[in-house]
Amino acid sequence: MSVSAPVKLTIKDYKSELHNDWCPGCGDFGILTGIQMALAQLQLDPDKVAMFSGIGCSGKTPHYINAYGFHTLHGRVLPVATGGRLANTALTVIALGGDGDGYGIGAGYFVNTGRRNLDFTYLVHNNNVYGLTKGQASPTLSKGKRTKSMPEQAIQDGINPIAMAVAAGYTFIARAYALDPKHCAQIIARAIQHKGSALVDVLQTCPTYNDLYTKEWYEGADLPEKKSRLYKLEERGYDGKVQDPSDPEEIVAKKAAAVARSYEREPIPIGVYYEALLPTYEDEIYKRIPSLKDTPLVEMDTFHRDVTPLLEAMR
Amino acid sequence: MIGGPQGSGINASAEVFAKACSRAGLRVYANIEYHSNIMGKHSFYRVRVGDEDVRSYRDNTDILVALDHETLAGDGDHRRWATHFGHLHQLNEGGGVIYDSEIDFDPSQSGRPELRFYPVPFMEIIKKALEEVGKGEQARRYEVMKNTVGLGASLALCDYPFDLVGEVIRGQFKGKRSEVGELNVRAARLAFDHVRDNFDADGFPYTLKPGPEPKARILAKGYEIAAIAKLKAGCALQTYYPISPATDESVFLEKHQREYGLLVVQCEDEISSINMAVGASHMGVRASTATSGPGFALMVEGIGFASITEAPGPVLVLYQRGGPSTGLPTRQEQGDLLFALHPAQGDFPHIVTAPGDLRETYQDIFSAFNWAERYQLPVIVLSDKKLAAIYTTIDKLELKYDQIDRGALFTGSEWTSVDAKGPNDGHAANGNGHGNGELKEYLRYALTKDGISPRSRPGIQGGRFWSTTDEHDPDGHITEGVEMRVAMMRKRMGKLALVAKAIPQDQQFTLHGAADAELTIVAWGSTKGTVLDSIKVLEAEGKKINFLQCRLMRPFPAQAVGDILRNAKRVVCIEENYSGQLATHIAAETGFLIKDRINKFDGRPFSEDEMIAAIRGALAGKTEAVVTNVR
Repeated sequence: MSVSAPVKLTIKDYKSELHNDWCPGCGDFGILTGIQMALAQLQLDPDKVAMFSGIGCSGKTPHYINAYGFHTLHGRVLPVATGGRLANTALTVIALGGDGDGYGIGAGYFVNTGRRNLDFTYLVHNNNVYGLTKGQASPTLSKGKRTKSMPEQAIQDGINPIAMAVAAGYTFIARAYALDPKHCAQIIARAIQHKGSALVDVLQTCPTYNDLYTKEWYEGADLPEKKSRLYKLEERGYDGKVQDPSDPEEIVAKKAAAVARSYEREPIPIGVYYEALLPTYEDEIYKRIPSLKDTPLVEMDTFHRDVTPLLEAMR
Repeated sequence: MIGGPQGSGINASAEVFAKACSRAGLRVYANIEYHSNIMGKHSFYRVRVGDEDVRSYRDNTDILVALDHETLAGDGDHRRWATHFGHLHQLNEGGGVIYDSEIDFDPSQSGRPELRFYPVPFMEIIKKALEEVGKGEQARRYEVMKNTVGLGASLALCDYPFDLVGEVIRGQFKGKRSEVGELNVRAARLAFDHVRDNFDADGFPYTLKPGPEPKARILAKGYEIAAIAKLKAGCALQTYYPISPATDESVFLEKHQREYGLLVVQCEDEISSINMAVGASHMGVRASTATSGPGFALMVEGIGFASITEAPGPVLVLYQRGGPSTGLPTRQEQGDLLFALHPAQGDFPHIVTAPGDLRETYQDIFSAFNWAERYQLPVIVLSDKKLAAIYTTIDKLELKYDQIDRGALFTGSEWTSVDAKGPNDGHAANGNGHGNGELKEYLRYALTKDGISPRSRPGIQGGRFWSTTDEHDPDGHITEGVEMRVAMMRKRMGKLALVAKAIPQDQQFTLHGAADAELTIVAWGSTKGTVLDSIKVLEAEGKKINFLQCRLMRPFPAQAVGDILRNAKRVVCIEENYSGQLATHIAAETGFLIKDRINKFDGRPFSEDEMIAAIRGALAGKTEAVVTNVR
């Protein structure tokens, strides 16, 4: 099964044989395809990719991908992936989970992961509902909204994940749309290539429980002009990339622009909101333990340490 | 004993005293009591010294150094409910009290007028020391040197050679701070001379002489030994969230992370700590964390996660403290045994061990990493506040515990279809159409004969796998099939029997003393030294007592422990918790119910005296809870 590098890898090489049990028409399919297309685009060796997921429908994603896959705990995917990344910096680490997983139960890790700026990618399947438990409101559903599966309107407001990511310190912040896998794949590929913590919030439909934000709604089928409720930032001349990362003023200006865009509603911007090349957590580690730069922790010989100097100091 | 407000440096002077004694060949046992507070609240440090091994503290002391009034008289004067009543009542007859003469204190009104009182002008001495180096006007800035004055004064009282201490003080202040070190030596020397010149120190009944064999033993704290064991075992990643009394271990490791290439990560909470460590374990490194009860309460889902996914770790050192909830953050309790044994939902295998002293702490933590990788499960090492903080001499640390065992590994070359076939790996047992005997690929959760599936890690060619916290099949994909569920449960749980067989008996339990005793004491963890010291005293009186020390808690050596208890004449279980958690565990594991339980749950460890009194009570058929004598 192992694939040697010179062979050109195709999307097929990243598909596992497992039967998929998502509902027909689920937005997860688009994200799955987007990930596989991005991996193929980047020609990443499946043995050098580690996927980590939380719990929920989205949590099953790694099982459908031909790469190392860890389906972890609800809300804890970021700490697990962080531990994985720290142990082996030679691998590509991708974490993913739902919006409840990342912005609700895992909100603390979402924020603190941004602070670290570890070099990995985090994809959030954002469909406004808790699908696997049959459609309760997720942390991104706005106040007053009610899907067909909810007994009452949402009593509290939704959060703005893009603005939160800006505040937390993610250095690549983007939004994609699950039913546009090609664009989604481009964004994911850029996120993987980005050096630092990358968040991709993927707007996703839940055909079973979310009857508000459907494919038709995103496409604007109900609007008189039948115009999509999404637009691509790059197509409107928006550039969220910080050109001079040593300039704090430019960073603040780009962050402010990203936050302003993140509050736009109908149409919703997709694409890259913010991007900056800033020192990563790994860079800071290498300053303290320089040997880790060339040798990942997992390859280091930690088994022949001489502790006698420590014991001598205790005499 | 030295007492004073937190932040006044009593630790430093007690530890210098301890080190000077250790270097002179004496054995030392020192322990601290302190509040969950940064500055100002009362703390005190006991140092017990002897020619022979000392493994516990005594109620009473020969010398008390008081840096403040509260150390003498308690805090009843400024608190509605007094926390304590000072330490004068804890002095042996004829003992000496060194106190700052600036303290408003009248010995004749102290309730112990028969003691020897030595008022010492602390600030004056500091001023004098500074004057010697031309800094006389800066005395207030150096108020913290009061601890050193107390140290010098007490050395004079017990007639201890000053030179041994000067050297240790200098050792504490290295490099840029060597000037301060010299200043401290001066202050200590002046205090030493002051007591010699102004009091009849020769008449003091308690003297301290350098030991017969002036060889330097190791003088260490429990958390230092824990950290060294982790370094020696090849731990590559330590995660932690600050919590008393576990933090010291992680900070010690962080201090040395550059020289040893061990990564220490301070996390946003304990949930993150444990999960990061699980992620790193799966990624192939030896990972560990350290916490205390409240942090452990957050970590538990990570333990279930590590166990069902058969992660080769992490190793978790749980420093127990007074519970429940926030409880007594800086005080002693053995209250988390049952919690550590059943920390998360469902049935899953993990190892729990409870070393009884520093030597065993080293052994068990070192071994824990081997067990974690060999059996692919998390390991909890139960320590506590007392074991973390005691400062004691160790004759020798058994660094012979240096055999690394990483367990069965998939390397990518030797895998064959036969190896992947487990006893239940039939066609029907595997929901994915594999398992027909024609397997060519690696299966992370292969149903092997002994239940151990050779492990791979991300990055290994051909060793690709999936892993899930759901029940899963040999591929690591989710399954809810009945046959696979049963097979996987048996595979995982079956590992406990392998562990029980593999761990050497002396790491499982120890029966100290003769088999035919009139009383068998059952205890665990850090009370070990106290029980042993107490038995020594009682044996000298002709009492026949033995001591069953339980160490491996899961898997529990039920047969052997049950046999010992069933053959014992009389059994008492002594623990530092309210309910007798070990006794409960033993009853569940062996069916042997220990009715006689002596418990202490006041947040303070047993002293030797309290333990002796408790055992005497047990011999007389009386078992009741023990409360530290605070009056």
